[in-house]
Amino acid sequence: MAERLRADLVLEYPFTRTTGPVIGAFLTGLREGIILGIRRPDGTVLCPPTEYDPESSEPLTDLVEVGPGGELLSWTWVDPPRSQSPWDQPHGLGLIRLDGADTPMVHGLLVDGPEGLSVGMRVTARWRPEREGHIADLEGFVPEGADQ
Amino acid sequence: MRDIAVVSVAQHQEKALTHTTEVELMVPIINEARGAVGLTQDDIGFTCSGSSDFLAGQAFSFVHTLDAVGAVPPISESHVEMDGAWALYEAWVKLQIGGVDTALVYSYGKSSPGSLRDVLSTQLDPYYLGPLWPDAFSLAALQARIMLESGTVSDQRLAEIAVRSLNGAADNPLAVRSSAEATAESVLAEAPIADPLRPSDCAASADGGVAVVLAAGDRARELCERPAWIRGIDHRIDPHQPGVRDLTRAPSAQMAAVNSGAGNDRLDAAELAAPFTTQEHILELELGLRDGTAINAKGGALAGHTMMAAGLMRIADAAAQIHDERADRVLGHAASGLYLQQNLVCVMEGE
Repeated sequence: MAERLRADLVLEYPFTRTTGPVIGAFLTGLREGIILGIRRPDGTVLCPPTEYDPESSEPLTDLVEVGPGGELLSWTWVDPPRSQSPWDQPHGLGLIRLDGADTPMVHGLLVDGPEGLSVGMRVTARWRPEREGHIADLEGFVPEGADQ
Repeated sequence: MRDIAVVSVAQHQEKALTHTTEVELMVPIINEARGAVGLTQDDIGFTCSGSSDFLAGQAFSFVHTLDAVGAVPPISESHVEMDGAWALYEAWVKLQIGGVDTALVYSYGKSSPGSLRDVLSTQLDPYYLGPLWPDAFSLAALQARIMLESGTVSDQRLAEIAVRSLNGAADNPLAVRSSAEATAESVLAEAPIADPLRPSDCAASADGGVAVVLAAGDRARELCERPAWIRGIDHRIDPHQPGVRDLTRAPSAQMAAVNSGAGNDRLDAAELAAPFTTQEHILELELGLRDGTAINAKGGALAGHTMMAAGLMRIADAAAQIHDERADRVLGHAASGLYLQQNLVCVMEGE
């Protein structure tokens, strides 16, 4: 049988992007182990922060630290874990409103099973020891007190 | 404003078109749509398509599919990386500008080679959401739980929406999921696929394509006994980040409905491109649909969701009801993005 020709193909996005003054600050904060939100003119705080107000489109600049604790507003259970995700074990996915923020963020929930999750429960951030300024510097959120 | 109508539609959909290329898929569909009104490509003033390079796995993949149209001698052509409903909007604008009286609009999607619920993660913002690869079912489940906990919808209501689709699709050859026997009880007995969503809450993924011919004014009357006149068409967008939105609502859908005049008169039928029962429920409320409007009579997008074509298919389904005099005033809806982030509403009437 003739030898089959073979060539690897890597789908890639070969551009460099700058993350800007708000997303960049948020990602830098993650590397330092803090979570930043951003204050809107009405005093409410968006986390994760956006560069522009989602309603008025006005630029936002007032970064404030939020979390690391917060409230779970919604959850689902991901089993099996998705192959490309940062998680290699079954895990929860949640909407987490951090203390000091008025909007929730999406992230993983690190518990043994769905019975460990409920709307309204208190959770707190778990950090990876090695951080690089990436949303997955947060390993996920765990029930408050679980890491003590 | 020029009077512009949908004068012809054709579509095909099945669970997986494993051995069919996009060109092979679209040749008969485009021929059927043009042929039904006696047109060849020479008679088409403008051609516009919608498809996704992320599904094809290749940049500028739509250029290949032009082989199904016939682009020699050169044609006036455009493409959107959106559901074909947005290609229809571009064609409608082109016809409004004038200079051409006919347009061919088509779109297609083949998601079966991959895992669509994961591929859809690539539509998320690349900093906060995308790198976590949250799959489409899990993200929809977060919305569903908020809706259920806040009482904006009940399990029972979601099951009834699923049953409406399953039963309605029973005699629809283009549906890929149907059941004449399904009841709310049988749907509620399903094990969750992404808690609290059950399999029947999530649209059945399909491969397929759709083509539509538009014509303006007297040209439409020449080509079609009963053109589906576009009386209003509008598309709007909500913010991307789920946290800044009320996930029980879709304000952009309401705005598109108001701007397209959907509520100005009785609607006989509405075809909604919701990928989840939760979102079909939201759409019914945001679009102001009332009793007397037949919603997704043949199962709608839940019974077969072809990525990039589900919206244009709904417009085609709605227009067909004008063509064969089953309805006098209809609404076709298309959506795109996370949690119905983008919505397009097209209101059509017979004469």
